[in-house]
Amino acid sequence: MLGEQIIKGMAVTARNFFGSYFSKNRLTTVQYPEERLPQKGNTRQFPFLVFDGDDAEKGLRCVACQICEKECPPKCIYIIKSKDKKPDYKGQLQVYPLTFDIDISVCMSCQICVEVCPFESIKMNTEFELSTSDRFGDLLLNKEKLSKPNSYYQKIHPVDAAESDAVIAAEKAKAEAKAKAAAEAKAKAAASAAAAPIASSANPPTTT
Amino acid sequence: MFERIHQVFEAFRHLSLVEKVDQIFIFLKQLVAACFPEALQPLISSLICIAFILMVFPAFFSIITIFERKGIGRIQNRYGPNRVGIPFTKIRLAGFGQFIPDGLKMLTKEDIVPRAADKLVHFLAPVVMLIPVLLSYSVLPFGKNMTLADYDAGLLFFFAVGGAVELAVFMAGWSSRNKYSLLGAMRAIAQMVSYEIPLILSAVSVVMIVGSLKLTDIIAHQNHYTFGIAHWHVFTPWGFIGFVLFFIASLAESNRTPFDLPEAESEIIAGYFTEYSGFKFALFFLGEYLGMFAIIGLGITLFLGGWTAPFSFLTWIPSWIWFFGKLTAIIFVFIWIRATLPRLRMDQLMNFAWKFMLPLALINILVAGIWHYMAADWQRWLVCGALIAGAYVLLGRGLMQNQKLGKRIYRYAE
Repeated sequence: MLGEQIIKGMAVTARNFFGSYFSKNRLTTVQYPEERLPQKGNTRQFPFLVFDGDDAEKGLRCVACQICEKECPPKCIYIIKSKDKKPDYKGQLQVYPLTFDIDISVCMSCQICVEVCPFESIKMNTEFELSTSDRFGDLLLNKEKLSKPNSYYQKIHPVDAAESDAVIAAEKAKAEAKAKAAAEAKAKAAASAAAAPIASSANPPTTT
Repeated sequence: MFERIHQVFEAFRHLSLVEKVDQIFIFLKQLVAACFPEALQPLISSLICIAFILMVFPAFFSIITIFERKGIGRIQNRYGPNRVGIPFTKIRLAGFGQFIPDGLKMLTKEDIVPRAADKLVHFLAPVVMLIPVLLSYSVLPFGKNMTLADYDAGLLFFFAVGGAVELAVFMAGWSSRNKYSLLGAMRAIAQMVSYEIPLILSAVSVVMIVGSLKLTDIIAHQNHYTFGIAHWHVFTPWGFIGFVLFFIASLAESNRTPFDLPEAESEIIAGYFTEYSGFKFALFFLGEYLGMFAIIGLGITLFLGGWTAPFSFLTWIPSWIWFFGKLTAIIFVFIWIRATLPRLRMDQLMNFAWKFMLPLALINILVAGIWHYMAADWQRWLVCGALIAGAYVLLGRGLMQNQKLGKRIYRYAE
């Protein structure tokens, strides 16, 4: 009969109308600023720089090798190397970036900088609420704004951070073993030098 | 002057409490009017009524737009607007402040007139749209004694001014000099002219039974009770089918889904008001909704007893609450239908109007005549009910007979 299907359709919409008041899982909307979905493991927005310890200036892993700057497809990274050196996490003396700028209005979040970095220094951030009223100043992130502690990295990407920590720990152990071996060799050499009296003070032991 | 105020107070004092609540607005109006000299009183009284209509119905419209958005949202398992509350505070009122930014946006937008448009007609169309709609409110009874102008031919007046809306629609479509506007206007005219016939014919059956075109008489005819149930026209076979026809035709008259071909967004942008923006667009929007409220108000008056209560034990509720309650309920059904049904095609629209609604409305007039002349017992219920049901089933079958369901065949497109 005419109108039967209309009644059926109306029943369906009525069920949805009342159902949306009684069962919360019908409503898929997330009320964004108050409610948030948990972020996916591989979320990435823009790069940031990791530092160890508490002091961003001292613990910054970046050694200003400029590989990321050269690899960056849209050329949004700008680095000025320092003239002096400071010890990195392995205790080796390295240059460090005097200036490290990323223009996130240019960055395309391709993650190539992260992949090429040999020092586990540049990583992708998950921060996405970056809207600003100053399109030039606030979208050009400098070194201070980019530096984030390793604990923050562990929080936003637990799996990747664990991997990167393992790499650094292994490198550190290798460097320590090498230093130890070198020190032992030096000690041995010093011992033999002491046996043969040649002035050893000409070559002071250096840390490598 | 003081004598007149005293009279008004005296008349009000003798009413019972229920009647006092019911007549409070009439009392206030008379009180204000009594403060003016004798010669000005009818004018002041009318002006107060006009101010009431101009304030209450646009306010009602702004609330209904939010109800519509929220209702459709819920049907689609969304929240709908739920952010804006009282401006400059954190109070959200579940989104019921939304009409304030909506209205401000409409009023502050740039008013664009196409260079090739007929400027005068383009300017006049929204005004011509709104005026007949507002005029049609003058005959509607919003409550007991609450009619601005209780004409003897009130029903006729309503349909006569209602017909002017089509003129405004075509003015808008024609003057815009835009193919979509013109197509929308042509669709609108075809639809409104087709559906005005069943609309009026379904009202004719009521006029035949009541024997008056006066809307207060029509309500008075429904305002008595048997076993506590009101004699609303919708509770009779002819009244029921008349109400269904009136309801469908009023959906079409107010361009609501599934009859929203004149402004089909997916086909012709916005139909006849494609080239309107800002305040003129707001006027069209307002005019459309006020027209919908007016035609629903007429439907309530004709078939649902106007401001009367459905059961005699509910008569203590003020009459204006009944009117606005019924209005809101029917609007909710309109919203519900909008969220359910897809848009008709033009041929389906015309078939439905001329092959189903028109014959059924004519048969309904016949049935109303039979109902009038048969003795008031169970036999006339049987005869009239059988006639209506038979006509509905047969006409419905005839309408669906030529329907071929199956794979769609494209004649021109591959």
